[in-house]
Order: sequence, then structure tokens, then C-alpha cells
Amino acid sequence: MHCYQCGKCTAGCVLASEMNFPPSYLMRLLQTGTKENYDKILKSNSIWLCLNCENCVGRCPMEIDIPKMMDYLRTQSLKENKQHPDSKPIVAFHRSFLDSIKYTGRLYEVGLIAAFKARTFRFTQDLTIAPGMYLRGKLPLFPEKINDRRIMKRIFAQTIENVKTDTK
Amino acid sequence: MKIGFYPGCSLTGSSREYNESVAMVAKALDIELVEIKDWNCCGATAAHSMNEELSLSLPARIMAMAEEQGLTEVVVPCAACYNRLKVTQNELEDEQKRARVVDILKQPYKGNLKIINVLQLLEAYGTENIKAKVIQPFTHKVACYYGCLLVRPQSILKFDRVEDPQSMDSLIKVIGGTTMDWAFKTECCGGGFSVSRTDLVAKLSGNILKDASDRGAEALIVACPMCQSNLDMRRGAINKTLETPIDIPVIYITQAIGLALGIGAKELGLKRHFVTVEL
Repeated sequence: MHCYQCGKCTAGCVLASEMNFPPSYLMRLLQTGTKENYDKILKSNSIWLCLNCENCVGRCPMEIDIPKMMDYLRTQSLKENKQHPDSKPIVAFHRSFLDSIKYTGRLYEVGLIAAFKARTFRFTQDLTIAPGMYLRGKLPLFPEKINDRRIMKRIFAQTIENVKTDTK
Repeated sequence: MKIGFYPGCSLTGSSREYNESVAMVAKALDIELVEIKDWNCCGATAAHSMNEELSLSLPARIMAMAEEQGLTEVVVPCAACYNRLKVTQNELEDEQKRARVVDILKQPYKGNLKIINVLQLLEAYGTENIKAKVIQPFTHKVACYYGCLLVRPQSILKFDRVEDPQSMDSLIKVIGGTTMDWAFKTECCGGGFSVSRTDLVAKLSGNILKDASDRGAEALIVACPMCQSNLDMRRGAINKTLETPIDIPVIYITQAIGLALGIGAKELGLKRHFVTVEL
């Protein structure tokens, strides 16, 4: 990894200030190659707060694909069950989103929000905007289903559900 | 002109006005949109954050379905879907990954589909042709907001300038509008954190709106349903982070063009926004 710590990624990262440590620091930790530092990364909130906006890789003089690394580190963090508490609502959202696609093939927003609330106990969130969405025709009450739902089941079974250590 | 069309999930739900305005503008320009049969969700941020093979298989099926239908070019108005499809196409140039995905799908995947966004569709149609059809010039000063996924990563998307893109600005000028230089053209709005971390979305989107507003923008023009819903639907939360509330609307490029082509506000879905649009 040819990062020479110029710091451009951190300078351009919109959520660097919210992270346990910013992207350039994360790169340095990786370069040390120690198990301890790797663990520190997997347990950090940095990997979960990355929005994959791709600003860092766009500006990196060495073209290091940090967002892709973040995807990998998130998966590893889940596998080793080392997620930072900040990851909870984010992972709950991703899981609710993916559940919806698995069963219908398309995102069903009402189902997504209901599942997210059930996972996070945030029952009162967004109660003020939901009626507005419905009135504006932005919240169809019934899911759209694709015809070939078996393919969705197969894709999920052979990918994300195939990872045995991927705990719920 | 006839072209394949992948709407994606947001366009059938919370961003249906984007779909409506794309359809109305396409009709006005005699562009026939052929929807991909039985299309599925691209997986968005959720899939690539959780599992790589899943994040490649979902877009691959969409493209395999389009290929099966005989389509060679597909327009994808949602910036997030556009990004996922393009990135997947690039990743699947790797033989091993492609073989694995084809094995999961049990469906042929050639990988030669041309994927374009809505700005590229309008450019391909021809700015002069659009200009000729303008009935009501869009005489407003606006900030064109591209966000992340339309322009990055540039090495894969190969679309426009990465730090200071111009394609949307050019289209606005063609229909009679004025655009501006501003600082947040490609900054992230918070994207997929809309529900899970609304606080962060409010902060990031607030920065964007404030800069545009300070420079006198009458509206923000976007080409991404996530940017639009964060900047519009989340305005209540955004305004709580700002000293002075901002009430400038956020509209899609297709809605701006639609107005210039003389299409009614209702047909363009302009009544579906949370922040009232009076343009």
C-alpha cells in the first residue's frame, strides 16, 4: 500500500470529524501491519461512518481505493463480530433494506422503515414526515414484486447467506 | 430515438416525480423509453456495505435481463443505480468474478451494455434540439448540484469533470437559466444515512443548502433521488441545524427542462415536493 500520508483523503472527507480516526490515519494503522492495529480498525466507527462518497479516492495521488477497502473492512468487522456501537442503526438499515429486496426483488419503503424501527426500537422516528410522504403519493402502501423471485432467493442464498460467520 | 430504461426502486416510490418528469420530457422529445422487463433492485449502499458478491449479482441480473431483451443502451436516471451498474460492469471484467456471478445467476451476462445517466441522454439527444423546443425559458439563477455518485469514481464512470462538472450547467443554460460557481457542487449530502443517521444528513445537507442560498440560488438542480430527498424531505431537520431557515426548492433537471418545454407543474410532479416550488 503506497500511501505516503499526504492527508488529502482526510481533508476531503465530509465525516472525518465524526470518526474515531480519519481515513489517512486508518491507512497508517493498516501500514503498521500489526494485529492490534487491525483490530482497532475493525472496532472503530470510522469504517461505518464512511458514506462511500468516493471523494478520497478521487483526490488520492496514489489512487488508493479507500471506499472499497471500507466495504471489505465492514464485512470483516461483521464476520469477527467487532462492530462499533455506532454501526447499529446503520447495519439495521442495511439489513432491513436487503430483507425487503430478498422477498420482493424491489425495495418496499414502508416495509423497510417498519423493519428498521423494529430492529432499532426507534418507533417514533419520522412519524412527522410519513403522512406528508403519503399525501404526496410518495409512499405506496403495497410492495412491487418481481416475477422471478426465485432468482432473488438464490442470489441471497449463495452470497450473503453463504457467509456462515455473518451473525445477525 | 429508442433506448432501454432502468427506473430503479426510488423512482417507483419516494421519488416518483423524477420518474414522471423523465417520462414527460422523453415524450416531449420523442424518446421512447423501453423498461427492462422484471428488473430488480440494484442493492444500493446496503449490498456493497454488507457483501461483495451480493453487490455484484444484483446489478448483474439487471444487465443480463436487459441483454436478454436485446437492449444495447440503457438510461439510468438514479445516480446511485447508475453508479452501481457501472461499477459492477467494471468489476465483472475480472474473469473470476464474472464466472462466479454467472454461476449464481444461471443466466448469460455479456457485459457490453452501454449504461448512461439522464444528463448523458439529454446530451446525446442534442442541446440544439432541446433549445429549439423551449417554449418558456427557464429564467432562474440556480445552483447545479451533482453530488457524489454521478461523477465519482471518475476512472470508472468517465463522465464529466470530477471536481467541477459542467454537463448539468450546460443544460440549464440551454433552457435559458443562469448557473453559478459554488463550493458544494460535488460534496456528499449524506446519501444512504437518511434514515439511520438523520443528524449527519441534516448537517451535511445544511452546508450544501447554505452555500447555494448565500450565493443567491433560487433553486438547487439535481439528478439523484437520494440528494433530492435528503435536501427536500429532510428540510425540517436541516433547518434546525441552521441559524436562518432556508426555503429554496430542490428540483430535478428533468423538471426544469420540462417547465421550459411548456409541460405543467403537476405533470412534472412538482407538487410532490415538501418544499414548495414556485418557479
